[in-house]
Amino acid sequence: MTVIRTGPPRAIALMVATGLFVSACGGAKVGESPSAAQQTGDAGKKACGAVNLAINPWVGYEATAGVIAYVAEKKLGCTVTKKDLKEEVAWQGFATGQVDAIVENWSHEDLKKKYIEEQKVAVTAGSTGNKGVIGWYVPPWMAEKYPDITDYKNLNKYADLFKTSESGGKGQLLDGDPSFVTNDAALVKNLDLNYKVVYAGSEAALITGFRQAEKQKTPMLGYFYEPQWFLSEVKLVKVNLPEYTEGCDADAEKVACDYPLYDLDKIVSKKFADSGSPAYDLIKNFSWTNDDQNLVAKYISEDKMTAEEASEKWVNDNPDKVKAWLPAS
Amino acid sequence: MMAALSTLSGGLRRPLWPRRYLLAAVIVAWVLVWLFVRGQDTLQLGGAELTPLHARLNEGSEAIDNSRNDNPLFLYFINYIRLFLDESITFVQGLISQPSFGRPLPVIGWLGVVAIATAVAWLYGNRKVALLTLAGFVSFGLLGLWEESMDTLALVLAAVALSLLIGIPLGIWAGVNDRFNRLVTPVLDFMQTMPTFVYLAPLTLFFLIGPASATVATIIYAVPPAIRITAHGIREVQPETLEASTSLGSTPWQSLRKVQLPLAKRTIVVGINQTIMAALCMVTIAALIDAPGLGKSVLKALETLDVGTAFNAGLAIVVMAIVLDRLTSAAGRRVETAHRAGRAQKPGRRRIEVAAVLVVTAAAVYLSHVYVWAAEFAGDANVGPYVRRGADAASQWAQDNLFVYTSAFKNLITYSLLNPFEALLTGSPWWLIGIVVIAFAAILSNIRVVIMCAVSLGLLVGLGLWQDTMVTLASTLVATVLVMILGVAFGVWMGRSGRVDQVLRPVLDAGQTMPPFVYLVPILGLFGATRFTAIIAAVVYAAPVAIKLTADGIRGVSSAAVEAATAAGSSTWQVISKVQLPMARSAVTLATSQGLIYVLAMVVVGGLVGAGALGYDVVAGFSQLQLRGKGLAAGVAIVVLGIMLERITRTAARRADTVARGTR
Repeated sequence: MTVIRTGPPRAIALMVATGLFVSACGGAKVGESPSAAQQTGDAGKKACGAVNLAINPWVGYEATAGVIAYVAEKKLGCTVTKKDLKEEVAWQGFATGQVDAIVENWSHEDLKKKYIEEQKVAVTAGSTGNKGVIGWYVPPWMAEKYPDITDYKNLNKYADLFKTSESGGKGQLLDGDPSFVTNDAALVKNLDLNYKVVYAGSEAALITGFRQAEKQKTPMLGYFYEPQWFLSEVKLVKVNLPEYTEGCDADAEKVACDYPLYDLDKIVSKKFADSGSPAYDLIKNFSWTNDDQNLVAKYISEDKMTAEEASEKWVNDNPDKVKAWLPAS
Repeated sequence: MMAALSTLSGGLRRPLWPRRYLLAAVIVAWVLVWLFVRGQDTLQLGGAELTPLHARLNEGSEAIDNSRNDNPLFLYFINYIRLFLDESITFVQGLISQPSFGRPLPVIGWLGVVAIATAVAWLYGNRKVALLTLAGFVSFGLLGLWEESMDTLALVLAAVALSLLIGIPLGIWAGVNDRFNRLVTPVLDFMQTMPTFVYLAPLTLFFLIGPASATVATIIYAVPPAIRITAHGIREVQPETLEASTSLGSTPWQSLRKVQLPLAKRTIVVGINQTIMAALCMVTIAALIDAPGLGKSVLKALETLDVGTAFNAGLAIVVMAIVLDRLTSAAGRRVETAHRAGRAQKPGRRRIEVAAVLVVTAAAVYLSHVYVWAAEFAGDANVGPYVRRGADAASQWAQDNLFVYTSAFKNLITYSLLNPFEALLTGSPWWLIGIVVIAFAAILSNIRVVIMCAVSLGLLVGLGLWQDTMVTLASTLVATVLVMILGVAFGVWMGRSGRVDQVLRPVLDAGQTMPPFVYLVPILGLFGATRFTAIIAAVVYAAPVAIKLTADGIRGVSSAAVEAATAAGSSTWQVISKVQLPMARSAVTLATSQGLIYVLAMVVVGGLVGAGALGYDVVAGFSQLQLRGKGLAAGVAIVVLGIMLERITRTAARRADTVARGTR
């Protein structure tokens, strides 16, 4: 009791402490009930073990990885660890043994050469079923107002519209994240376009640019790609470049044709492929359409679900598709 | 010694012309020559082109990658460091943030952590700070980010502890040994200005993906202030005091332990404070290599351009920074008053206070270990969604309604200031720029700096990114001008009024610690993907430092001088322009030099929003294998640029100081 006399703050502190003890008597104890949920999860566990999934930083990837992780955990009883990494760092993970799978790979011939052919630490695990489109896009209001703008031959006619403070008197073509495949500088030169490529440097810059362009009705021409969640918010219109033919992009300096259709594929570490894990079979069998991915991506980006919630919803709505991926045992 | 040198040269070269005329003459001559030789020898290099040096750097890093498995350095040294780091952080995480030791929840729940933090603030700081700490920590839970915040706290605490463990002994060494000090200073400059993006990807090869790499990245950035400020504190001890102790027969070791260290204690606490702030700056960037915590929330939100969620997490980082800053500052002040007053407080009272606080804390920790309500922050007390919606609405409103004005402002600055200046810099032959820089250095500082500038310019040419360096330099200087306009305007306002200071300071702290990724989307919406957007990001980050330093300088002007001027009938404006600003000149110059360094720290972030040039080269090097060498070269170019500009402004500041003292 001598303690209380030393001043009101300490008295209050003591009272609070006593109060806490009293109110604590009725509370649940740690480790009593919450672990019950975990135990049911453990019950279904078969020989699957741990799977390390790289998560590359875009929503479409998260959708694919989310669904794979959900199925692997709930149907196969695996323990999935998601690692948030940029592409290049994720590929390095094959070499250090810290990444088992990348589940949406956009080409990356240089990385394939280094890690699949030279170091032999990774192998491909087939297509995701998604088709990647890369190209030049304009906001929908422009395609409506200037219908012929979607042909590259008319781009010079409209170059003045696309002038900005950055483009030095020419039209501006905005490029995004440097991780993505681009031939734009060569294309502008070889197609004799009066444009300058301006490097925005990130996907966020590109999407914000297109969003503002549609809302403020300002002109914009930029590099973009599908499948991408933003296209369900603003339906960007693709500009037609000279059609892609086999080998027309062989010489990076002389490219004068559109980007090819990319078959997005899955890459797994050699170790994981040889492990006989049912999760490897799942990843190998996994395949879905662009519409499927866009739907899950929409759950995440617009409906603000977590990747887990979005995957759960989609898996529950599409039991047949999921069944086809599971190992036949 | 440097000071003595510059005083000497300042004294000897009593200028025939005032220096500002000399500077103006150099600029006029530059523009005239530029008109004739425009576009010659500008050393351009295309976006995907590489110089032989870049290719060699690529090969070098490749070779290191490949020797990873059989190099003894890796097998016996780095692997053990990694294991140690991983274990330490996992341990701290197990204590406060992650399920551990077979429990579904961390060892200490929210109530326990809040109690411990508050107790530390109370015992080492004061009651006011304890209250702030309590509110701050509870707010992490209220924002719905308890676990993420604790992950971040675990990483920051581990990185700071290790930084101090390395930094304080090295700092003491640098404090007592001049040669070591000279050796270590450029290394520290390098560590602080080298963009993290450059070494982030290679780090994961050495220390693997996970907490160890994140910690090393954080330590590289956070250890320099610990070393520098400790050394500074040791050096500050009056030589007379030291002589007295030596003449009393103390050995150097005794003097260090009994005299220098106790006297430097307060400064060392400032070093701890700065180390914590630097560590918090790395939270978001470290998340790019899977560092757990708030940084991840910010980056995830950026994928869907979810400003609200990013702001919510950013707010938690700001709160953490302010709490830790105020806590360490209060602890520092307490050390100082305790030192001055001896033991003023009655030891008996103090002992009871300590005991009471400890008992309450222990009780709270116990409760949070055992009971769920005290372990897990209640989900229904979550105000996060409101913060998110508020931030979203504000950002949306600004982008929809201010766009017309902001883009007009952007165009005005770009066309009237940035473009002409950039044309001058990029259009000049490299040798012309070299001559101009050396002339500036000669006018503003001393012969040493002139030699250093010549070497730096040679390096910049050799790195093969001259053109990009000039574009970055143009944006950097324009940003610094804007920073100084704000710095002087707000600094004077803050320096003259304590109340303004109180209101503005938290805002400035927020500007400095809010991760730039949070406000990238709204400023991109307002200004588009342009160099100007990058300038704005740099100004948001750098202006607070310039404002604070200027305000300190204004406050340091003796009140007698101000009163005398007021008594003589000077108007407020006259007092500011004729008395306060001139007398605070060295503070303003210091603010410029620091502002410049902070602007350069944002070059890489600028590369993410349309600045192009060096910042983009670094980002591209992080993302593309074949550009890695070029990214490394760009990183070095930023460092060289930074050191060169910093040395010129710093010696100029010192000269301004001596000149000011000499004339008054």
